[in-house]
Amino acid sequence: MTAADVLIRADRVTKRFGDFTAVDTVTMHVEPGEIVGLLGANGAGKTTLIRVLLGLALPTEGSVAAFGRTPDRTTRARLGYVPQGLGLWQTLTVDENITFAAAAFGNPPPDLDPGLAAVRHRPVGEIGLGLQRQLAFAIALAHHPELLVLDEPTSGVDPLARARLWDAVHDQADAGTGILVTTHYMQEAQQCDRLILMSRGKAVAAGTEKDIIGDTTACEVDTPHWAGAFAALDNAGLPVTLTGTRVRLADTPPDTVAQALRDAGITADVHQVPATLEEEMTVIDRAAPARA
Amino acid sequence: MTPAVPGSGNATQNWGAREVTVAFGATTALDAVSLAAVPGQVAAVVGGDGAGKTTLLRTLVGRIRPQSGRVEAPATADCGFMPTGASGVWQDLTVAENLAFVAAAYHLAGPAYDQRRAHLLRTAGLDHAEDRLAGALSGGMRQKLAFCLAILHEPKLLVLDEPSTGVDPVSRVDLWRLISRAAADGTAVVMATTYLDEAERASTCLVLDQGHALAMGAPADILARTPGTVTTGDRPAGRPELSWRRGHATRSWHPGPPGPGEQAVAPDMEDAVIAFTFADRTPETTA
Repeated sequence: MTAADVLIRADRVTKRFGDFTAVDTVTMHVEPGEIVGLLGANGAGKTTLIRVLLGLALPTEGSVAAFGRTPDRTTRARLGYVPQGLGLWQTLTVDENITFAAAAFGNPPPDLDPGLAAVRHRPVGEIGLGLQRQLAFAIALAHHPELLVLDEPTSGVDPLARARLWDAVHDQADAGTGILVTTHYMQEAQQCDRLILMSRGKAVAAGTEKDIIGDTTACEVDTPHWAGAFAALDNAGLPVTLTGTRVRLADTPPDTVAQALRDAGITADVHQVPATLEEEMTVIDRAAPARA
Repeated sequence: MTPAVPGSGNATQNWGAREVTVAFGATTALDAVSLAAVPGQVAAVVGGDGAGKTTLLRTLVGRIRPQSGRVEAPATADCGFMPTGASGVWQDLTVAENLAFVAAAYHLAGPAYDQRRAHLLRTAGLDHAEDRLAGALSGGMRQKLAFCLAILHEPKLLVLDEPSTGVDPVSRVDLWRLISRAAADGTAVVMATTYLDEAERASTCLVLDQGHALAMGAPADILARTPGTVTTGDRPAGRPELSWRRGHATRSWHPGPPGPGEQAVAPDMEDAVIAFTFADRTPETTA
């Protein structure tokens, strides 16, 4: 892979605000046709990293290249960005929003599908969230961007609409567009080719879901007395969660769990299972050192 | 007294909504929707924006009067309600002041209250943030505070409107632990969510779409009752509008059995809800 093939690259990027380090020595890149998922807790540094990649903020240390050069207005015209809040003007009509995007970013007017065309003269604030999301995507895609950056694209969307949105994202990737997407939705991680997991400013893990989970396990507790077992393990200060009536504990030795249950007089079968991605994230977050 | 909801036992008091219809002007927000709220269990209400989740929850706690149907809920003082977004906390008050305000409203005081307050703050991870303004907390911490406020007076019925929307995965695990603990302690919990993995963790799950129930039951039962067949392959099988991408594979829904050479999969909740939506929106396909 030569430098020219990489759409966007961060090389040891650090971004500080005063004495707060929001992004800490992060190296990452996105290639054409791949979907890269950026995961992490709130405050992990995802949004700051995206702002640096888009050229909206300058790195304190390290370097960023978009299409082989420093991000600016010309590189901005080669990418599509859908922010979490969709970036639309609520009091302007659908048409006025399109005109604004054309003037500000050079995005040509998109072909509107019938649903959006029917409301083109109405203020965006009145058309409902589903259509707003479609409009934000239509504007971001109209100029056939080489890189698409999506911040939490599907929050609040019903499952079929979410599937349709991901169909559109996969179509873009199949056509060679690189995609960088943040999500809090763990099931969406499986839609990505690669994941980058951030915690407290650092990129702490990368690869497929399987790579990231690695050998981490969870304990599952089988007992008809699940409520008592849950309370006992919670009282013992163990990181217990409940799935239906199955009690689970990430990254906790089975002996510790069994002992805590015995101490509470509860008989239960404790067995080890692979951790979920969500559990792995909590394990990494707990283990992460405080921020510099 | 007859049970409020079909199938509820006489031994424990169940709450819930039966055949509830709510209209706002010409718009039917809920169309004969039923949901049982059972002590010791979490019931999840799932659906996208505009599905009717908030209307159902507000009807359950008596804030909306339905046009028809019945609602059975404990007295207002025994209900806890956490509204959606940041509206469950007072932004300009500190964490401690938010708790004190709710405690005063419910006349909570004394050693038992002090103990409960300390326990909630500790399990919510807010014990080092008592003096911080609620408006200055992270989204996840603010939601955990809103949860603590809703449950402070030990309600019998706890109704949570999208407690985890916009909350990061790590805080969601904390929040789910708090919710699980409330249920394990005997509270009937009803929560709205857009996350299907959360719905899969609940005891029962109601899937709403455009104001009516697509499916209801234990998550495993919903999966077992998935209409038609879901298949997987590298391209759409059958009508492309009934296919969707899952990573590098393409899922397809068939109203009946799979065609020759098509590979059926055991649906997960995401596949199941999409299949229920197809079956519901395209009735001619199931004819």
